[in-house]
Amino acid sequence: MSKLKLATAWLDGCSGCHMSFLDMDERLLELAEFVDLVYSPLVDLKDFPDQVDITLVEGAVASVDDEAKIKKIRAHTKMLIAIGDCAITGNVPSMRNPIGPEPILDRAYIENATLQPQIPCVVVPKLLKVVRPVHEFVEVDVFLPGCPPSADTFHTALTAIISGEPLDIPALTRFGA
Amino acid sequence: MSQTITIDPVTRLEGHGKITIQLNDQGEVADAHFHVTQVRGFERFCEGRPFYEMPALMARICGICPVSHLVASAKACEAIMSVRIPHTAAQLRRVLNLAQMVQSHSLSFFHLSSPDLLLGMESDPTKRHIFGVAAQNPELGRAGIALRRFGQRVIELLGSKRIHTGWVIPGGVTDPLTAANRDEILAMMPEAYSNVKLALAAYKQLASNFKQEIEVFANFPSMYLGLINEDDSIEFTDGTLRLIDEKGKTVEESITATQFPDLIGEAVEPYSYTKFVYYKPFGYPEGSYRVGPLARLNIVKKMGTPLAEPELAEFKQLANGPVESSFYYHHARLIEVLYGIERIEQILADPLILDKHVRATAGVNRLEGAGQSEAPRGTLHHHYKVDADGKMVWANLVVATGHNNNAMNKGVLQAAKAYVRNGKFTEGALNRVEAVIRTFDPCLSCSTHAFGQMPLAMTILSADGEVVDKVVR
Ligand code: SF4
Repeated sequence: MSKLKLATAWLDGCSGCHMSFLDMDERLLELAEFVDLVYSPLVDLKDFPDQVDITLVEGAVASVDDEAKIKKIRAHTKMLIAIGDCAITGNVPSMRNPIGPEPILDRAYIENATLQPQIPCVVVPKLLKVVRPVHEFVEVDVFLPGCPPSADTFHTALTAIISGEPLDIPALTRFGA
Repeated sequence: MSQTITIDPVTRLEGHGKITIQLNDQGEVADAHFHVTQVRGFERFCEGRPFYEMPALMARICGICPVSHLVASAKACEAIMSVRIPHTAAQLRRVLNLAQMVQSHSLSFFHLSSPDLLLGMESDPTKRHIFGVAAQNPELGRAGIALRRFGQRVIELLGSKRIHTGWVIPGGVTDPLTAANRDEILAMMPEAYSNVKLALAAYKQLASNFKQEIEVFANFPSMYLGLINEDDSIEFTDGTLRLIDEKGKTVEESITATQFPDLIGEAVEPYSYTKFVYYKPFGYPEGSYRVGPLARLNIVKKMGTPLAEPELAEFKQLANGPVESSFYYHHARLIEVLYGIERIEQILADPLILDKHVRATAGVNRLEGAGQSEAPRGTLHHHYKVDADGKMVWANLVVATGHNNNAMNKGVLQAAKAYVRNGKFTEGALNRVEAVIRTFDPCLSCSTHAFGQMPLAMTILSADGEVVDKVVR
């Protein structure tokens, strides 16, 4: 059997979901016998590959880069899994929504700057007006809640998906778990 | 025609970033920048919320070093409450912060950087990752995973959750340590020692292959900042900040969290969502300095644990004065892992460690408070203002990546000049430029509490900044 292609992506999150994925510890090495990690902050490929079997996405969609990234990922992924509360509900990043991006930027780069106050605009991507969860931009196949979902949740879910077995998510995790 | 090379995203980093390298008409490197490309807004959206929520909220800045944010945030809250936390709570937090340092340093060394060191800067990029390391050297790969597991498991045994524990609260911690959990941590010690010794030995052997990288990986004089105890030993959770100059002379003896804003400023550059932190009396950028493992080992005079002490002495032999090459961040990181394991063992031997009194309570007694801690990658500062009801009215955070931002940018330029010549470069050359950033272990997650994303990309820009072409590596 050829290995499945696995990708992980990080939008506007804290990387805690990725860390929890790594918390599978030695079980990662077992998993690596069934899947190849083809794209991820942990590997060097710079462009999302043409065809990926499973992609795990952490974080909400908060900038024009995030939006372009998630659309590209969706177009090249068979199964898209939203991992963690940020990807699923907007969670912490969406706390800025009632305020809007301008006051956020003003506070950080104008008011709380000692020198050269200015809003960065060179190379860095523009913020979207509101932060929204992944499924508001593209179709999501599986939702794995938690802040973050535990390593056991990752392991049980991925093992079931790889072996084609049924997946009972409410038995594994909940929001904020 | 002048061009710009863009590395986008910078990979094997903790966050989202890009590097651009500007070439002049002769194809020589004229300038280079490291861009952090995400912004989040914690400093603003925390306002109006009760201050005692801050540790749990601020921890969501970063899933890699949530503990350091918990600690700095709780300390800022305790300054507002004007309480001293119980001895046992302080010791338990210290264990928690050290455990996080062990896991985060292991992540940085093994999962992110060891592929460059073990497999080579020029090795096949599709295999240059932790699984490639595990395939080539299973013992080293497993040691890395196990060391990280050790740190995370200690955190779990204390705070009942590996990432985003709610255990640290203003006033102390929610629950005491149980004897069973202490004993489980102590039982893990032998394996942790053997893994860190293996890593140190492997690093020292590999480092001799990287003489040129050591020369050009952000290798320049700078000042250094980090927490230190009164007896000049290393500290991560309490103590005060010391700033030393490029010769090792003390510039500021002990900066408290309260004095910090008078001495440390933040400048903004248009190309990064992470601010540039500097020592105010020297101005910007002259007042720039470095933080993190390299800085801490340059500042301290002793470690205070038996195995780390001779390692520090050996480290200090690398230079006459402060150790300047950022390549040596890797070396310093592994010494700190060893120290962390030893120190956790020492603290757990404290007979009071199982004491049930682990929390002090108080309301709002001051309208402003600040707290600092050492995150694995460097100094962390939280500064809050509240109203009489304890609702947040203002916050400012200064994180490790901001302190190191100027050095990272200078380092990228130094390495790019060494590896990109006559407009020619290889994949391996660009990987070296990225590897400079990896030595700092910047946390783009943290640095983007305001902004941030940290992948690395390569684009060709014209002299006026127009995108001419995109280079696919
Ligand atoms: S769900 Fe929680 S752990 Fe995951 S990215 Fe969001 S804040 Fe971080």
